[in-house]
Amino acid sequence: MEFVRVENLIFDYMKTDEGGAPVATRAIDGVSFCVEKGSFTAIIGQNGSGKSTLAKNLNGLLVPTEGEITIDGLDTSDPANIWNVRQKVAMVFQNPDNQIVSAIVEDDVAFGPENLGIDPAEIRQRVDAALEGVEMGDYKDKAPHLLSGGQKQRIAIAGAIAMQPECIVFDEPTAMLDPRGRSEVLKIALDLNRRGMTVIFITHFMEEAACADHVIVMDGGKLRMEGTPRDIFAREEELKALNLDVPAAVQLASQLRARGVDLPDSILTAEELVDALTQPVPAEAAEEVSS
Amino acid sequence: MIRDITLGQFYPGNSVIHRLDPRIKIIATLLYIVALFVVKDFAGFIAPFVLLEAVIILSKVPRRYIWRGLRPVLIIIAFTLAINLFMVRGEVLWQLGFLHITREGVHTAVFMGIRLVLLIIGSTMLTLTTRPIGLTDGIEALLSPFKKIGLPAHELAMMMTIALRFIPTLLEETDKIIKAQQARGADFESGNLFRRAKALIPILVPLFISAFRIAQDLAMAMEARCYGGNVKRTRMNAMKFARRDLIAAILFCLFLAIVVAQRVLM
Ligand SMILES: Nc1ncnc2c1ncn2[C@@H]1O[C@H](COP(=O)(O)OP(=O)(O)O)[C@@H](O)[C@H]1O
Ligand SMILES: [Mg+2]
Repeated sequence: MEFVRVENLIFDYMKTDEGGAPVATRAIDGVSFCVEKGSFTAIIGQNGSGKSTLAKNLNGLLVPTEGEITIDGLDTSDPANIWNVRQKVAMVFQNPDNQIVSAIVEDDVAFGPENLGIDPAEIRQRVDAALEGVEMGDYKDKAPHLLSGGQKQRIAIAGAIAMQPECIVFDEPTAMLDPRGRSEVLKIALDLNRRGMTVIFITHFMEEAACADHVIVMDGGKLRMEGTPRDIFAREEELKALNLDVPAAVQLASQLRARGVDLPDSILTAEELVDALTQPVPAEAAEEVSS
Repeated sequence: MIRDITLGQFYPGNSVIHRLDPRIKIIATLLYIVALFVVKDFAGFIAPFVLLEAVIILSKVPRRYIWRGLRPVLIIIAFTLAINLFMVRGEVLWQLGFLHITREGVHTAVFMGIRLVLLIIGSTMLTLTTRPIGLTDGIEALLSPFKKIGLPAHELAMMMTIALRFIPTLLEETDKIIKAQQARGADFESGNLFRRAKALIPILVPLFISAFRIAQDLAMAMEARCYGGNVKRTRMNAMKFARRDLIAAILFCLFLAIVVAQRVLM
């Protein structure tokens, strides 16, 4: 079942030049795609390719200049749907500092449900559950500015979970984190997805995109490629042309293949590469490589 | 370090004082400050001192936290003491050139010193035992009667919430900018006042830009979390006037009565 449907989306940022005349910058240019309920979709693309603009269109923070976006059947450009859409599609942003509202962790997690007008007792339950869900229960009385980047990002995720959305859009949530914070955030996103949450994960780390069911490649406001990670990362040349990399394991595998190591085409992760390499190798193939 | 400021910081706990209704705590703190100015002699400080001690003991906040709150204002206290010590005229106790200390000067300085310390510790107890949200919710509730004459009580309270949250972030940011400018050879420590003031421009401009960026991001994040002003908002910790608040209010009125009686009768 499809949850998000984007049809011919065009988005222009309006600015005024020195003379006061409006100028439009086209950030998204005719993008269409669907996101299945319960799927994990990764969006990749270089800086300025329109990923954040797309993300903000998905929960009505921005509304399409042209085209249409429906969330679970609700049109985001209809003002009557706006609160519904934002409750269904929560967002986690790149900068962990600039999305935490309150000076105490649990009060921040409560912010979303409070805005929805939920009953206090239920807010309490949701906040505790959300903080447990991101393993930050011990920090509920702490001040956010004393936490690490990864911990702050987990608080932001808890804030999203507490709204009980059906989908969470992550806009480069790992870009400002250290490797440990990065893997924690990815693990939480994957866990949420396993428990039924639809996840849209924008990233410029290809290893993270490799964990998705579905990958969308953006460039210059246009959707350039779409498919499973295996399909997308097999098209290394096309990605290179868009200034994008493939995951390290894919790259290593293709280099090994070029050197004559017999590896299957479908290798995506480090584990798969290790598995393939530790398979017993036929004697003559091994000789060929060492010579 | 610049970020070690405890001013307005909360000490998590579950004591009676923590659980009191923020509205009661805010009003009581304001009246307590007024009471300190009603006091006219040393004996008058006994009641505020006893009250403050009782609050500190009941709140279970470690004393070192309370001292820490006092530290940033020590200079102000020292300054007040010095001014009073040297400026008050009267019976001269000690003289060196144009400096002289009088009996009255010593009296006023000690008196003002006690008043200031009681005042600061008293207001620190409010912020140490009330979570920032409680504080701003309380202020919002107390200001809401003025909504009728157009006072944006909710918006003011939200601004305060955000300010409390972002003061440490902005201090950190300032620290970073100062270091970055110093790394490029900026000199903030020499020259006359005018030069030093000018040297602040390369700190303030990036700081403002960064504050605007934070504001933009935060506004987006708040909207994404369905914030739309005060329409149909609920609170996780809704303020409820409980029996302990009534008892606290009665005890506090007793305290006010003692202070006034002491002033009038003695
Ligand atoms: N607030 C804005 N006003 C004007 N132009 C913007 C704004 N935000 C982004 N843009 C422009 O839109 C394009 C897409 O930006 P963005 O969606 O942020 O890309 P990405 O997230 O992929 O880096 C860029 O060319 C950028 O300069
Ligand atoms: Mg972006």
